Amino acid sequence: MPDLLIELFSEEIPARMQARAAEDLKKRVTDGLVEAGLTYAGAAALSTPRRLTLAVDGLLAESPTIREERKGPKVGAPDKAIEGFLRGAGVTREQLEERETPKGAVYFVQIEKPGRPAAEIIAEVLETTVRNFPWPKSMRWGAGSLRWVRPLHSILCILSDEAGTLVVDLDIDGIKAGNTTRGHRFMAPDEITVTGFDDYAAKLKRAYVVLDARERAEAIWQEATNQAFANGLDVVEDKGLLAEVAGLVEWPVVLMGAIDEEFLELPPEVLQTSMKEHQKFFSVKNPKTGRIEKFITVANRETADNGATILAGNQKVLSARLADAKFFWENDLRTAKSEAGMSAWVENLGNVTFHNKLGTQAARIDRIAALAREIAPVVGADADLAEQAARVAKADLSSEMVYEFPELQGLMGRYYAEAAGLPQDVANACEAHYSPLGPGDDVPSEPVSVAVALADKLDTLTGFWAIDEKPTGSKDPFALRRAALGVIRLVLENDVRMNLARVLLTALGPQPSDWLKEAAKGAKAEAKLLATRSYEETSIEYDEKETVLQDLLTFFHDRLKVFLRDQGIRHDVIDACIAMEGNDDLTLLVKRARALEDFLKTDDGENLLQGFKRANNILSQAEEKDGVEYSFGADRKFAEDETETALFDALEAGGAAISPAIEAEDFAAAMRGMAALRAPVDAFFEAVQVNAENDIIRRNRLNLLGQIRQVCGQVADLTKVEG
Amino acid sequence: MTQTNGAPRSFQEIILRLQNYWAAKGCAVMQPYDMEVGAGTFHPATTLRSLGTKAWAAAYVQPSRRPTDGRYGENPNRLQHYYQYQVLIKPSPPDLQELYLGSLEAIGVDMAMHDIRFVEDDWESPTLGAWGLGWEVWCDGMEVSQFTYFQQVGGHDCHPVSGELTYGLERLAMYVLGVDHVMDMPFNDPDAMIPLTYGDVFKQTEEEYARWNFDVANTEVLLRHFEEAEAECAAILAQEHQDPKTGKRIIMAHPAYDQCIKASHIFNLLDARGVISVTERQAYIGRVRALAKQCADAFVLTEAGGYSAENAA
Repeated sequence: MPDLLIELFSEEIPARMQARAAEDLKKRVTDGLVEAGLTYAGAAALSTPRRLTLAVDGLLAESPTIREERKGPKVGAPDKAIEGFLRGAGVTREQLEERETPKGAVYFVQIEKPGRPAAEIIAEVLETTVRNFPWPKSMRWGAGSLRWVRPLHSILCILSDEAGTLVVDLDIDGIKAGNTTRGHRFMAPDEITVTGFDDYAAKLKRAYVVLDARERAEAIWQEATNQAFANGLDVVEDKGLLAEVAGLVEWPVVLMGAIDEEFLELPPEVLQTSMKEHQKFFSVKNPKTGRIEKFITVANRETADNGATILAGNQKVLSARLADAKFFWENDLRTAKSEAGMSAWVENLGNVTFHNKLGTQAARIDRIAALAREIAPVVGADADLAEQAARVAKADLSSEMVYEFPELQGLMGRYYAEAAGLPQDVANACEAHYSPLGPGDDVPSEPVSVAVALADKLDTLTGFWAIDEKPTGSKDPFALRRAALGVIRLVLENDVRMNLARVLLTALGPQPSDWLKEAAKGAKAEAKLLATRSYEETSIEYDEKETVLQDLLTFFHDRLKVFLRDQGIRHDVIDACIAMEGNDDLTLLVKRARALEDFLKTDDGENLLQGFKRANNILSQAEEKDGVEYSFGADRKFAEDETETALFDALEAGGAAISPAIEAEDFAAAMRGMAALRAPVDAFFEAVQVNAENDIIRRNRLNLLGQIRQVCGQVADLTKVEG
Repeated sequence: MTQTNGAPRSFQEIILRLQNYWAAKGCAVMQPYDMEVGAGTFHPATTLRSLGTKAWAAAYVQPSRRPTDGRYGENPNRLQHYYQYQVLIKPSPPDLQELYLGSLEAIGVDMAMHDIRFVEDDWESPTLGAWGLGWEVWCDGMEVSQFTYFQQVGGHDCHPVSGELTYGLERLAMYVLGVDHVMDMPFNDPDAMIPLTYGDVFKQTEEEYARWNFDVANTEVLLRHFEEAEAECAAILAQEHQDPKTGKRIIMAHPAYDQCIKASHIFNLLDARGVISVTERQAYIGRVRALAKQCADAFVLTEAGGYSAENAA
């Protein structure tokens, strides 16, 4: 069985696209081959900056012949029908055979689709693949209309077996497939003829091309750590950078250089960011001083001077870059340490628009500061410190360093706040208040940072909700889902007990009511006000602000569902808990959900659920029939059967155990108490006809079931639980 | 006589070698456009000639102005007035990368000793309504050129595609000549009768323009000029295609485009004066883009833009 080798050779493919492109090539080609009947033993895709390579082993030499029988019209059917059938099946009248069926004589025909040689199929599949390749961005070049990520120069496409090598006959817009490739752009640019994958890989290695990106990355990392180790230093690990650098070279040559003494006092993050973003250098740290003292660059070639010229050039570029960074750092420090300190920067933010409807950054900071003050006591932070932190947390957006390196926002704020002599909690909040950014990001835990982080995110959410700029489908330009998830994680991981609805209401406070009126129209109608505890007291009208609030709360609940589902909590369990009062206290809500999730996995959980469902089903049917709700207390004096009395006893005993457990938020204990009701419930149903003839007894029994429903519904709305 | 091998000795020698190289490769060596522009791309030999179906190959130096980059001649690499070397070939030839690398060798970059890399960089000019894909070219970690395959200009798809090369001449020359501060770079040969540095030629003008750009330029006048250029561009393009005097079909794409260039530069000056807010910025860029688009629309109706009377009939 032959092996297939394909190489698509082009001008430099962006590093970030190579790995995905190699996989896409593999998937599309192998899927196409299999669909055409060509199975294979194995396939591997590789990439370099200039080539995508696919090797398929053990391919069928031709697709199998397919035989099938087709049923045609009845014998004696009009000629037109028969002609049509013949055309469709591609057969002649002589090939038809008559056969008796229960419905009479019918024409049948045996069709045979002969197999096709592999080369023919490969040519078609590869052409389709090239013409429809899913590049994130593609282009045309010259006078042609073919699209590729950068100009495509040649296609190598050969089938090889013991008998020899066959070049697949293929021509895509004038690019004719062949059996040649080229080596390294500078070190071995001549044409190379290859006979199969092993020959190809070996010849390329001799032509200074390492085909496998993983092999290049490993070689780079190995050599980098070796060189650093020899100097008693550590390379700062950066997997993303390593993958990128491996995509920029075909023949990696690792070179280590020193950073000029005059730049070593810059914050290490500044050195690291500048070197990574501008130069794609790795940082090399001295474990003794903790400073970044050297860099590692990866060149794409060997030179007669062992890279000395290349290293000197890189060093010079780095020095120019770092001279800029140092200039910014010193200017910024001067500002931070001046009498006005960071307030000059904050003032400047009055000229910077945050969003054309939501006003300037300064206006935003005012709102965040007020909200941070409000939240402070809830998270155990000093209100003055929280406000102070919120006021300077975004000051560094005006600094020169952050203008140059936006990704250093927050971190520079911390350095500058420290330089300005602000309290450490405040300085830390400058950096921490942006967190958590991604799902893997750490969540701040210092109370001042937590207060500002919450205020920042809640202001963003309420602001965009007020102007009705909510995420839709895959579009979330203001990263509001991320902000909501950030709030959820801040609350949960710090065990914050907060009436989210009340805080949101405060945060919505500064937004103009005519915006809210507009926004309320877009709010989800099905939003139900369940988090009412805090409002009933203040008797706020159910106005547009409430509508927007409810919509936002529903958004939070949706994000929470996604978050908890990822942690293995069933959606019905979450729904059952969201249906409870006080569902804006996310910590409480999750406590319920976790307890219920765990409890349902136990025998007692099954008992609780079945006991409840049995009682609830009968009750619901009766309620529907009678059109009333049986929620009055039952009276044990109407109890006729001893199982009935026993159920009364169990309810009383249970109630005594369950109420304090609920009070103490020990939901597991509460549910154990509820589960204990199953045996008496079962015995009751065994012995007693609920729908007794005597109406008083019947109603009393239904009210008894109502009591069971009430008791069992204190942790979660069990009607929403499946099973 | 210019040396053709060995290391170049001056800024001007690097320019001359590039001119000779691209002339030898068949480009029309053009002269700078006689207007203030922000980059070599603005030269009509690039912007307009990249449109339409006619083949084209041009190379030229373009003095470029970026008022916000002024540093009074003190920064080692930043200038408000600098030179770009620009090459535009349509359709882009299949060996454009090799041609480009040859130009680096021509100015004394020894390919065997240096690390040349093509690093992804997609080019976009919001003011010209143009974009393309290509790379920054790195030499030992330093960006020495932009290499772009134009996909769209003035809102028009490019058919055929032009290949554009842009060299930042000062930076490239400083690297080749081993100079750390632009003002120290030899402008002419260091052994010339009167050796001149870049600073001898430009230090004073950098100071003068930085002061004017940042603090003195009359913003009211500039704002008015912007509006006037915009109006004039529209007025030019609104004219009948047939010239009433000569009876010829004369579409004035180039004069209109001059007004677009003017508006673009005035916008840059206003930006340097700090009188354009973040939100206004987008609006101004959009207005310049609208002009560029109208000029592109007009150019493709001209002969140079591929129009022919037979085809139109």
